[in-house]
Amino acid sequence: MRLEKCWFCSSTVYPGHGIQFVRNDAKIFRFCRSKCHKNFKMKRNPRKVKWTKAYRRLHGKDMTQDSTFEFERKRNRPERYDRNLAENTLKAIKKIDKVRVERAASHHTQRMKGKRAKEQKEAAKELEQSIHMVKAPSSLQKEASLTVPKIKVKVSQQQSEENRMEE
Amino acid sequence: MVQYNFKKITVVPSRDDFIKITLSCTQRQTPTVVHKGWSISRIRQFYLRKVKYTQQNFHEKLSTIIEDFPRVDNIHPFYADLLRVLYNKDHYKLALGQINTARNIIGKIAKDCVKLVKYGVSLYQCKALKVAALGRMCTVIKRVGPSLAYLEQIRQHMARLPSIDPNTRTLLICGYPNVGKSSFVNKITRADVDVQPYAFTTKSLFVGHTDYRHLRYQVVDTPGILDRPFEDRNIIEMCSITALAHLRAAVLFFLDISSSCGYIRQICMKLVVEMKAEAMKTLVGLGEDPINDDGVLFTLSNLSEEGVMAVKNAACERLLNQRVELKLKSKKMNDCLNLFHVAMPIPRDQRQRPPCIPQAVLEAKAKKEVMTEKRKLKSDLENQNGGAGVYSASLTKHYILANDEWKEDIMPEILNGYNVCDFYTSDISQRLEEVEREGLVQEQDIGDDVDMEGHELTPEKQDDLISIRKMISSRIQQHRIKKSTAESRPTVPRKFDKDKKFTSGRMGRQLSALGLDPTMAINRACSRSRGRKRERSLVCGDSDGHDVMDLDVGQQPNKKLRARSISHSRSRSQPPSEVVVIPGDGFKDSAQKVKALKLARKSAKKRNKDARRGEADRVIPCLKPKHLFSGKRSIGKTSRR
Repeated sequence: MRLEKCWFCSSTVYPGHGIQFVRNDAKIFRFCRSKCHKNFKMKRNPRKVKWTKAYRRLHGKDMTQDSTFEFERKRNRPERYDRNLAENTLKAIKKIDKVRVERAASHHTQRMKGKRAKEQKEAAKELEQSIHMVKAPSSLQKEASLTVPKIKVKVSQQQSEENRMEE
Repeated sequence: MVQYNFKKITVVPSRDDFIKITLSCTQRQTPTVVHKGWSISRIRQFYLRKVKYTQQNFHEKLSTIIEDFPRVDNIHPFYADLLRVLYNKDHYKLALGQINTARNIIGKIAKDCVKLVKYGVSLYQCKALKVAALGRMCTVIKRVGPSLAYLEQIRQHMARLPSIDPNTRTLLICGYPNVGKSSFVNKITRADVDVQPYAFTTKSLFVGHTDYRHLRYQVVDTPGILDRPFEDRNIIEMCSITALAHLRAAVLFFLDISSSCGYIRQICMKLVVEMKAEAMKTLVGLGEDPINDDGVLFTLSNLSEEGVMAVKNAACERLLNQRVELKLKSKKMNDCLNLFHVAMPIPRDQRQRPPCIPQAVLEAKAKKEVMTEKRKLKSDLENQNGGAGVYSASLTKHYILANDEWKEDIMPEILNGYNVCDFYTSDISQRLEEVEREGLVQEQDIGDDVDMEGHELTPEKQDDLISIRKMISSRIQQHRIKKSTAESRPTVPRKFDKDKKFTSGRMGRQLSALGLDPTMAINRACSRSRGRKRERSLVCGDSDGHDVMDLDVGQQPNKKLRARSISHSRSRSQPPSEVVVIPGDGFKDSAQKVKALKLARKSAKKRNKDARRGEADRVIPCLKPKHLFSGKRSIGKTSRR
């Protein structure tokens, strides 16, 4: 009894579930449920369908390369049974799983890292650009908090007129 | 000897039927056309044929009747007597005799007619002769009619007689009425004789069959016999007496000790004696051998079935022995015995000569036995431990492992969604250590998010942002609504503004919401609309520059005024909260209007058109149109819909 991987979405197919399709060239396609099967029949590329693992890996949403993936490999040559080894293997599987999950989580956080800064920057920009919809610019200038208080410099009349023209 | 099975006798037709059948046969099977223009010989031949044909028919049928019926003289005396008893022998013989004479008479008639027809001159003459002849034949049959009826009745009765073979092994059951003869017969055979509490339930002979030592025995059940002088016996009793007299059988005479049959024991005993005597009497007359000369008394009970089998066995045994004795005595046995002969050689000397088996053969035999004992097969093992369904062979028995204790270990194939065999390698533990070391290193890289905290917006700014976004989305929504209703919405000039969107109050509210002072604008609008001179308000700040310049001169009053104006305008800054139904809207109440507005907003939502079915995609509006699924067709079938 083996747990297989769905060809379309890469989820595990448990015994008693799903459909296997054998093509004329003897390639076997296993599907976990009819959703994947129907998508396959529609000739959709799993690399373009957003919710599949293939898409997520391809577009960097999920972890691609990791040493924990190398543990799980289909071995065609059966090894002789050894009780200690079996015990170790079973324990190791759990640990490897844990490590993998942690690494995936860290990958996710790494991916999401700049998001906050980006969001804040965008918000600030939007605010600056569109504030006129909510508060009139003249009233903004009146408020002391937004504008730097203008320093009044007493100048001779000529100069004050010049200043005014410049403004 | 005629068969004792009387079921094969042909049906005797009644008088009318007989005549009708024969005449119609004649009419059908002989030519029917005759012309008076034919030659006389031809005419004669025609009529002769008819007469002869009829005579032959009658002759045949009557002959079969006569031959089929058994002749009392020619059959087994048992049946002869039985027939004599059941049917009046004289009557029977007479009937058959009459048939015979009828046959002869018909023959004579035919002969006479033939003679006369030969001299017939015209068609009419021949015809008349033929008619007369046939008529006479029919009259003969008519006269014989009652005999025919009687014979038919006899035939029917005879067919129902039990088929008793008088020559085979027979057990005869007799006794007083109601003693239990029929019950006994029911017990030992498969015959289903009527058993009732009253006497004379059995009115005729019944036959059953039983087996003893691979031989078939007939068991004949008779009606009860009363103690009466011979002459007074009725037909039923005579049946049983006939049976007694003529059948060479073992007679079982039944006595009811408890006298529940209704007759006292002594009378029964008297009958036994009489029977014996009678039997002897008739036997002497016929020369048959004696039955139950030396009687043996058995006890049996039909109800509890005690002794039934014992009686049967004893009777069968005795009969068998008797018959064997008889056979041995007869001449035929000697012929049989002479057929085979076992030759025994005479020993010529005293020497022993046992059979000789070579030594090699003996040794091989012994070896074979030993061999078969040594090899123990898996199937033997299975059978020992409970058989096919119970024992399950250990498949791991012959595994070659480092430690034999591990042979019965169960290793899981699946763990937590992984296949265990995929991970099963000898160096898994060291690789796992490496990975864990790696893992520790990677954890130290995290921690870059901390310094981003500084640029967060203040709550006021956040509120502003929210309101900006709201404003934008509401504008977009309004625009969409406007766009979608553009064609159906009439362009109304501003003075007929029913929603009151272009009032000065509204403008004032909007401006004050933005933070500006609306009074000047309102005044201007009012002055423009009404054309009146209005007092200029104290604060006439169009541009911000003036205010700023005058700041240090008239700071306070400006501030005051500004503050007042803002507060004044703020009081008008709340829009009317309720939705008011304006006459001419088309709504019956405000709730409906609210609902309508809601629906309008909903319909203006932007649709997601990601490869979803659109308007242009094929839609079957009605899946089961009535005209295809009901009604008759003008041409064609409706077996498929």
